[in-house]
This record gives sequence, structure tokens and C-alpha cells, in this order.
Amino acid sequence: MALLELKNVTKNYNNECCALDNVSFSVDKGEFVSIIGPSGAGKSTLLRCINRMVEASSGEISVDGLISSSLSKKKLRKLRTKIGMIFQHYNLVDRLTVIENVLHGRLGYKSTLAGVLGRYSQEEKSQAYRIIEILGLNEQIYKRCDQLSGGQKQRVGIARALVQNPKIILCDEPIASLDPNASKIIMDHLGNISKEMGITIIVNLHQVEVALKYSDRIIGVNRGKVVFDGAPCDLTTRQIRDIYGSESEDLIIDLGERHAG
Amino acid sequence: MQFKELIVQETNNICEQLSSYEDRHTSFKELFLTKDTINFGPIKLLDRASIAMRTVILFLTVLTIYFFSTLDYQSIDVLKGFTDTFVNFKTMFLNPYAQRFTLGEAFYNVVVTLGLAFLTTLIGGIVALLLGLLAAQNLAPKQVTNLIKGFVAIIRAVPTILWVLIFAVAAGLGSAAAIIGMSFHSISYLTKAYSESFEDLDRSVIEALMASGANWWQIVFQAVIPSSVTYLLSWTFLRFEINFANAVAMGAAAGAGGIGFDLFMAGGFYFDLREVGFITYLIIAIAIALEVFSTNIKGKLQKSI
Amino acid sequence: MRDDIFTKRRNGNLVFLLALLILSVGSIIITEYDVIKGFTSITRAVIWGGSNFYPDAESLRILPEIFPKLQETVLMSIAATTVAAVLALVLSLAGSQTTRINRIFSIVSRGIASLFRNIPIVAWAMVLMISFSQSPLTGYLALFFGSLGFLTRAFMETIDEVGNNSIEALQATGAGYFHIIFQAVLPASMPQMISWLLYMIETNIRDATLVGVLTGTGIGFSFDLYYKRFDYHAASLVVLLIVITVIVIELVSNNVRRVIL
Ligand SMILES: Nc1ncnc2c1ncn2[C@@H]1O[C@H](COP(=O)(O)OP(=O)(O)O)[C@@H](O)[C@H]1O
Ligand SMILES: [Mg+2]
Repeated sequence: MALLELKNVTKNYNNECCALDNVSFSVDKGEFVSIIGPSGAGKSTLLRCINRMVEASSGEISVDGLISSSLSKKKLRKLRTKIGMIFQHYNLVDRLTVIENVLHGRLGYKSTLAGVLGRYSQEEKSQAYRIIEILGLNEQIYKRCDQLSGGQKQRVGIARALVQNPKIILCDEPIASLDPNASKIIMDHLGNISKEMGITIIVNLHQVEVALKYSDRIIGVNRGKVVFDGAPCDLTTRQIRDIYGSESEDLIIDLGERHAG
Repeated sequence: MQFKELIVQETNNICEQLSSYEDRHTSFKELFLTKDTINFGPIKLLDRASIAMRTVILFLTVLTIYFFSTLDYQSIDVLKGFTDTFVNFKTMFLNPYAQRFTLGEAFYNVVVTLGLAFLTTLIGGIVALLLGLLAAQNLAPKQVTNLIKGFVAIIRAVPTILWVLIFAVAAGLGSAAAIIGMSFHSISYLTKAYSESFEDLDRSVIEALMASGANWWQIVFQAVIPSSVTYLLSWTFLRFEINFANAVAMGAAAGAGGIGFDLFMAGGFYFDLREVGFITYLIIAIAIALEVFSTNIKGKLQKSI
Repeated sequence: MRDDIFTKRRNGNLVFLLALLILSVGSIIITEYDVIKGFTSITRAVIWGGSNFYPDAESLRILPEIFPKLQETVLMSIAATTVAAVLALVLSLAGSQTTRINRIFSIVSRGIASLFRNIPIVAWAMVLMISFSQSPLTGYLALFFGSLGFLTRAFMETIDEVGNNSIEALQATGAGYFHIIFQAVLPASMPQMISWLLYMIETNIRDATLVGVLTGTGIGFSFDLYYKRFDYHAASLVVLLIVITVIVIELVSNNVRRVIL
């Protein structure tokens, strides 16, 4: 069975049609899926419907065999621990240290009191430390996050997601605020995570080239509809025009490059 | 020869670093392999900032406990005081009624209070504009800014009521003493606020104008004031709200007239809670209207500039 | 075109100045403010102050009397602010857009904040005076209610400012409400809140003087006493002590702010 399955998911904000329009697809364990589309297409909405940060108006979403819309508040929290999320603006607590921010990923597993007091077990701390080390942040571990560069902050975001022991990681434009170097490091990490740990990665992207280079599969969204769903090598210039509409003229895409990577 | 060696060495170094980075990099698998725990200290960072915050909180808590422990509970019945207060508030807010003045008189007195607040704000704003320019670090020499900032801090440290009472000795109790006395605080407050707005202005703008040969007054009127006018106005409106509250208080405590005096008579002389309630409602209504008004103006100004 | 803009702006400025002028004249008439007397009184006050309003050796005798009053006033201001801050924290968490539990609580706590902030301190003093007479509790409670209103609003704005970015991230990890409050909201907003708290203490010491004059308590009462006896040397000593106290507190606060912000 697929790890994640969406059936006819529709979302209307304020009764206006339609941020998402009848979206259906399924994703397997360990897949690296990129979602591309112009801004306002509904990419963020789609991602947030998966962990119910946004409630879908209709349709069914099942994660790891559980139908998420039917879950109680408590069960939903439990489900969310299985889904990591990283953000364009990193969404860290800037005044706290790297290690504290990373350990926030464990809060979903904790009782109210332990979480409020910030009591973490030695195993949790050790795991967090190993993840931080692999991501190359061990010198920053006790630094406050407002002293980090953008790329380092995003690595903290990845570490926070990994420490959850997730099955899926959702990434909402993770490299949109980063320079090319930092972007490459982040995308490499995400690629490695999916390959080596078998974690499913679903990533919203603005840059088609990046999507072509890293993904196993690309989903193109326009005006809330899925207009393309397939392997990167099947994506043609015509389809890119379908996805991006009139914006496609502004995109400089070299489709030849994908075979190099 | 040496130079060539240097380059070779440097290249080797870079290669080494790159390969070691790659090595560390591709090892998420390790997460499954090692399960041994690393010994870990506390994760909280105790830097200067958090130590300072904890000290402040501890200090305030201790002083608060000390205040309550040394309070003289003998001379009053605390419990009765609270129940009385509750009953009084109920009378005040549920049965407001005015009998010693008509609605028209009440409104007239509100306008008097608003007038006091307006004049105070106006005087404060005009004087503070000048002092604010002289107190801004990017516009005046350091000695001058320090002098004015210090002067203004001392003025602010004297409570408004004391300024008014001190001026009342020279001018007699009444609106003159109240307006001049209250203006002192407005000047001080607005000077601080204005000068901070001026200091937010980008240094490069001033430098560019100086380079083009503009003199101080030209810089002030062409660059500094136009670019901070939104902030100046919103601080001034905020001060007007504060001055309204002050004018009420000075009416009550320093004979400045207006609705504050009525409030004082109702509460402190006739002990008429229902009238206190009526006047309080009136003041709350005006205060909230001012607040809404100034928020709206702020929004409009921010859009138009 | 350009001329248009300039004339328009000039006309706008003229209207603004005219409005100010009309309002000033109106205010002068209605408050029966004698402009000339007002401004000449400044020079008269300076001359009078120079010859009468300074502490002399004889006035030092009152120090043992007024020190306890000053201490009482300072402690009262600190206690009122601190207790109000604790309650304001709860109210602001319930009232802020980002951390509220539900709409009704939010509206109620915003209402309380707005009401308490706008009830004039004179009204508090008058009503509390009736029940608590000249005990320090009168001043304490008058300051407490005013501070509660002000701090709730300030805290609410602080919480809204630190933003819901990290709140969103923690929700996505499955963290509960109290986890989010204690691990993200409070660490991020605490420095700004403490800064407001210190500001409120300064303000309250000045307001305590007003309440003291109105209700015959604390340092305000001491001033009023000597002032009404025409003992200006003693009265000026009281003013001097208040000034020193407020400035010391302001200096300490500024240093604390520099470290924590
Ligand atoms: N909270 C919201 N309330 C109302 N409309 C929203 C909200 N969030 C997004 N939308 C609308 O839904 C559509 C899809 O937005 P989004 O998912 O953010 O697109 P993308 O991430 O692809 O740029 C847009 O038209 C946007 O205006
Ligand atoms: Mg988006």
C-alpha cells in the first residue's frame, strides 16, 4: 500500500473556488517528489493539507494507512510526529540554541509537563547530536539561531524534522531564500535522506531545474489542479508551459541539462 | 618558484577539505548503526541575556513578596475592603447617573479637558521638534545630544503633578499652570521619541545631501523631517491620548478644571459613586474614540507615504 | 504634472496648519488659558525656584520621615507591576491572535485590557479610597489595575510581533498547546516583555506620586504636606529624591535592556 494517498482533495478558502481542485495521487516509501507550479497555484495548501495544518474541504487523505481527516486531536498530534516539515523561512525560535530548536522535534512524543519543562532523555539528546553532526553543524550546537546563516538555519530545520523519526518530510520552498551554494547543500542533504534513510520527501519548488535534477517524480500544479504527474524525463517544454501558463515565457529552462545530472 | 609551490599547496588543502566534507556528508545511515548515548549536559544556554532576565525576575519577585509581607494589615480589614470595592464598582458601573450637572455641562467639561490636552500636545510638539533635532546623534554633535538627552531625562523624572503644582506657585492654580506643567512632560517624551525617529534615518541619505553641499537646515527640511513625518505624527497622536488622561488627572489633583475636576468632586467630596460611574463612562468613551481615531490616522498615513 | 503635486502638497500643508490654528484658538478660549501669563510664568517660576525651591541644610531633618515613604512608594510600584505582569501574561496569551484558544476568550481579554487601560487612575483612586482609606493597598490596587490594562495590550502586541512562524513549525511536529507556549512563544517574547515591565515600573513610580497626592499616601502625600505648609525647601527635597529614584531605575532598566534585547 502507498505511504501517502490523496483522493479527490478539494480546498476552498472562504468559500472561494478553488485553492485545490480534486487532487488525487499517491506516494510510496522513499520517493523524492517535487511539486512545481506558479505562485498561488496551491502548492503550500496542498502540503499543509497532508499534515492538516490546513483542513481540506472535501476528499480523503490517508497517511501510513490512517485516514487523517477522521483523527481526533490527540491522534492527529501522533500522526504529525510521523511527518516532518521544513519551511522557506526556517521557522526557528531565534533566541534559542541550535540544540534546543532541534529537540523541539521531540515535543510531539512528550507529556505536557515534560515538554513544558523541556526535559529530554539522553537518547533523544544523543540522536539530536548525531543528526547535527552529520549535517555539519557541530560547531554551532550551542549557538543561538539568530547568529546562523540562512543555509545553517535551514539545516537546523532539517535536523528538527529528522529528530522526529518521520516517515515523510514535507518541504515548503526550502531553498527559496538561499543562495545557490547553500541551496545545493540543502538539496543534497534532502536527496541523501530519501536515498539512505528511505524517508519520503515531498518538496515544493520554484526552480524547475532543481526539481529535474533531484526528483524521482514531478507533480505540476496550476490553479489547484494537477496538470502533470510523472518522471522528470517525461517533462516536456509544452508541459512546462501548461504548468506555468503565461509565466513560462519568463522561465529560462535548459531541459538538456537534466541528463547530465 | 615559491609562488607556484604555494598554489600547489593551497590546491591540495582545498581538495583535502572537500573530500573530508564529502566523507562526513553521505552518512545518514550512521543514524541507524550507532545507538550508544553520548553524555550530555544541560541544553539551555546560560548567556548574559538569560542570566540578566532571570536576575530581574528573581529580584522583582523578592521585592514583591517583601512588600506584601511588610504591609500593615492591622489598620484595615482587607477582606471587607475587597468586598466593599466590588460592591462599589457594581454601583458605579451598573447604575451610572448624573445629578449635579446636565449632560451639556458634562460635554462642555470634556471639551475643556480635550482643549488642555490639545494645547499641551501642541506646545510639546513644537518645542520637541527643535530639541529632537538637536538630540539626534546623526544631526548634532555628541556633546549637544548628550546634554539635551540628559536634560530631558531629568524633566521626565519629575512626575507631571509635581510640575503643575510647582508652576502653580508662580502662576496660581488653574489652566495656565496645568498647561505649562503638563507641557514639560510632553516636551521630554516627544523629544525622546522624535530624536529616535530621526536617528533611524539612513546615514547615507544625509551624507549624500552633505556631499552635494546642502546646509544643515536644508538637510533637515528636505530629508529628515519628510522621511520621518509618519513616525512624528503617530508619536504625537499617542502623546495626545496620554495628555488627555493627564488632563483628567490634573483637573482632579491640581484644579485645572474640566471633567477631571467633576470626577474629583463626585468621588472625593460627595462620595457619589453613581456620578463617578457616569463620568468614568464618559472618559472611557472619549479615550476609546481617540484610540480608534489615532489608529485610523496611523493606518492612513502609512498608506499615503 | 510635477507642479500639480507640489501645489497639492502645499495646499494640504496649509489646510493642516489652518486646522491647527483654529483648534488652538478654540482651545485657548475654552480652557480660559491666558497665553501671556502662561509663558511669563515660566520666567517667574524660574526666578522663584532659584530663590526658594532648593533643599537647604535645615530641610535635611525630614529625611528620616520621607525615606520610609519613598521606599513604600517604590515597593508598591514594583509589586503592582509585577503582579499585574503575571496576570497580563495570561490575559495576553488568551487574547493574542496567534495564541488564543478561542474567539470568546480573546474578545473578553481584549475587552478587559481596553477597559482597564482607559479607566482614569483618578477614578480608581477615588473608589479604592472609599474602601481602603489611606492604606498602601489603595495606591497598590490603583496602580495594579492600570498596569494590568497597559501590560496586557503591550504583551499582546509583543506576542503578535514575534510571529507565528515558529508556532506553525511546532504545531507541525505534533507539539501541544502548552509545549508551544513554553518552548516557542515565551522564549521569543520574554525579553521584550521584561522591557515593558521595566518601563511600567518607571511610569508607576511617577503615577504613584499622583495617587499619593489624591489619596494622602506615600511620597505624594509627603510632597503635598510640605507644599501646603509653604515649606518649599522640604518639598524640593522630596522632588529631588523622586528624580534620583526614577533616574536610577531608568539607568538600571536601560542597562538590562541593552543586555537582553
Ligand atoms: N489562509 C488563506 N486564506 C485565504 N486564501 C488563501 C490562504 N492561503 C492561501 N490562499 C489562497 O489560495 C491559493 C493558493 O495559495 P498557496 O497554496 O499559498 O499557493 P502557492 O504556495 O503555490 O504559492 C492562492 O490563491 C491564495 O490566495
Ligand atoms: Mg507557497
